[in-house]
Amino acid sequence: MQQNIEHFVESYRQLQDRWSEQPDWLSDLRGGALQVFSEAGFPTTRQEEWKYTNVAPLTKISFGSAAGDSEAVHGIERAKQAIASYTIDGCSTLVMVDGTVVPELSSMGELAGGAQVKTLREALVSEASGLREAVVRQASFEGYAFAALNTALMQDGAYIFVPDGAVIEQPIHLLSVSTAGAQPLATHLRYVIMAGPNSRVTAIESYVGLAGEPHFTNSVTQVQVAPGAAVDHYKVQREQPNAYHIARLQVRQAESCTFRSHAFSLGSALARNDINVTLEAQGSECTLNGLFLVDGERHVDNHTTIDHTQPNCNSHQLYKGVLDGHAQGVFNGKIFVRSGAQKTDAKQSNNNLLLSPDATINAKPQLEIFADDVKCTHGATIGHLDEDAMFYLRARGLDQDLARSLLTLAFASEVTDQVRHAPLKDALSNAVAAMLPAADSARSD
Amino acid sequence: MLKIKNLHASIAGTEILKGINLEINPGEIHAIMGPNGSGKSTLSQVLAGREDYEVTAGTVEYLGKNLLELPIEQRAREGIFLAFQYPVSLPGVAGSYFLRTAVNAMRKHREQKELSGKEFLRLVDEKMKLVKMKKELLNRPVNDGFSGGEKKRNEVLQMAILEPRLCVLDETDSGLDIDALQTVSAGVNALRSKERSMLVITHYQRLLTHIVPDFVHVLVNGQIVQSGGRDLALHLEEHGYGWITEDGATDTAKHESLGVSSISA
Repeated sequence: MQQNIEHFVESYRQLQDRWSEQPDWLSDLRGGALQVFSEAGFPTTRQEEWKYTNVAPLTKISFGSAAGDSEAVHGIERAKQAIASYTIDGCSTLVMVDGTVVPELSSMGELAGGAQVKTLREALVSEASGLREAVVRQASFEGYAFAALNTALMQDGAYIFVPDGAVIEQPIHLLSVSTAGAQPLATHLRYVIMAGPNSRVTAIESYVGLAGEPHFTNSVTQVQVAPGAAVDHYKVQREQPNAYHIARLQVRQAESCTFRSHAFSLGSALARNDINVTLEAQGSECTLNGLFLVDGERHVDNHTTIDHTQPNCNSHQLYKGVLDGHAQGVFNGKIFVRSGAQKTDAKQSNNNLLLSPDATINAKPQLEIFADDVKCTHGATIGHLDEDAMFYLRARGLDQDLARSLLTLAFASEVTDQVRHAPLKDALSNAVAAMLPAADSARSD
Repeated sequence: MLKIKNLHASIAGTEILKGINLEINPGEIHAIMGPNGSGKSTLSQVLAGREDYEVTAGTVEYLGKNLLELPIEQRAREGIFLAFQYPVSLPGVAGSYFLRTAVNAMRKHREQKELSGKEFLRLVDEKMKLVKMKKELLNRPVNDGFSGGEKKRNEVLQMAILEPRLCVLDETDSGLDIDALQTVSAGVNALRSKERSMLVITHYQRLLTHIVPDFVHVLVNGQIVQSGGRDLALHLEEHGYGWITEDGATDTAKHESLGVSSISA
């Protein structure tokens, strides 16, 4: 099947030219990845995992990349304003514009305990510890074409390394801004987070976009959590209405460690998030929370997989969706409990609020359990705003729009309330309120 | 203040109110009593404007306006306050935020200046003493984890803060113990005024000892079949509702001494 991928091949050539200093193994890996992508092509709705998500609109656009320096500089000027409003207080910030780290817009100070944040480019060239292994491992792609494309074209990103026992109190905010002023652009970012034994770190991935030509963000994030470590991860996607966002989060947890991820999908025309967590040893905990708000003709698809391969691990998922207009949502939550993974405790909840009769949600919990001494529960609900609650609010003089927005905000707050970093929690509550009519006054004072 | 003429209302095709006639003047307290299923709650919900109910005949004039034309929130802003029998909890909706929004919507409608955060807190402090409510309760989501008594006191608190013209108290006494009943009643009584009227809906006479009505009406099978003074309530307490037959006929000899008169539908 012939698909329009010439622009990606062109981007690949440009990238190979600009990255003359990259190690051979990486150059070869990229070549192989491009091959895999060319052969597999974009996924179609005939594939089970993409049944409800049609990426055809994305495939029809010839995305370029912000390859030349002049383009990058132009983008930076436009990005400066956006950065001011999306910065989060109390964080160390690394800013990327159209796929490239911009040091002068970032504020990454010294991190405690010898922790390092390097740009991906630096880290790859300097063969940072564990990075090559991580990147090569991810290259198995498992038939995931977008990850292959990311390997072939990853421009930049971040490498976060937290040594044994280091505790990083201040969250690390990875802010990606897409500008797409003159032509459609694609950004391929790779983040690699390696938390050493007994370390603590919080990372926030934000994606924002300026109005303009369509933008395609294709990101891959790899997280490795060593024994006893605790990683808090946040993902905030607030891209422009004509953006496409495809992201993959790959997590490996060692023994007795904790991984908590909170994902917020508040933008873009189409967003697809795949999260895969492998619990490789005993005694660990994994929490995946998510909130998505879609309206108009937007589409959001969240696929999560948690693989309990060993005994005595707990996993917990809470995904909530708010759908209005003609929007479409998909939630597919897989839980695997391998034989031998006894005393697994896995919970999954997916609650969806339909605010209009034309919005749709496809919710599919998928549990495959091969051990017999486990606790696994899942629940999916699809509903409307409570009539009694609406009547109560209106009977106290609140108009219909405000009543609906307040109740929707209340629904969403179960997820936003779990955010531990206060400035981020406020920013998210306000962002959600801003998306609901008349709810502006409900923002935190 | 309120003129209800031949009001008929149905829900899901079943007629509940079958021709209600009632007139309430400013400053008056009217009680509506009746057996279960008579339509007491329906009347209160129809007055508040609940959209599940369909008014099939009749008129309701409120302060000279056609009440049935107004949407729910408009009726509230015009000064109709329904104290719910079963107030809902609203997890995730902050109590103080909700109350402040309601007050300011009311004030805006009355062309008064909206209250600042500080001014609102001062008002709340003052009014909370009236219902003996703990301040911390407003920091919680609306009615979240409140006991039955706390919910009813919250209704009266809102009434005190919103200063309505017509209070419709829908079985406010249900689920209350003696202490809560006294507190809630005291709160309601403190809100009596020449410009304010109340429609107290109750199944039991008990509440009316605390909130003494000017008029008592008996609602049976969707119609007001008897009206009288407060003694009618005592009579009902003693004899139940059974003596009131469906067509409103009564044993006049037995009940004349109580000043009971019957109203034909």
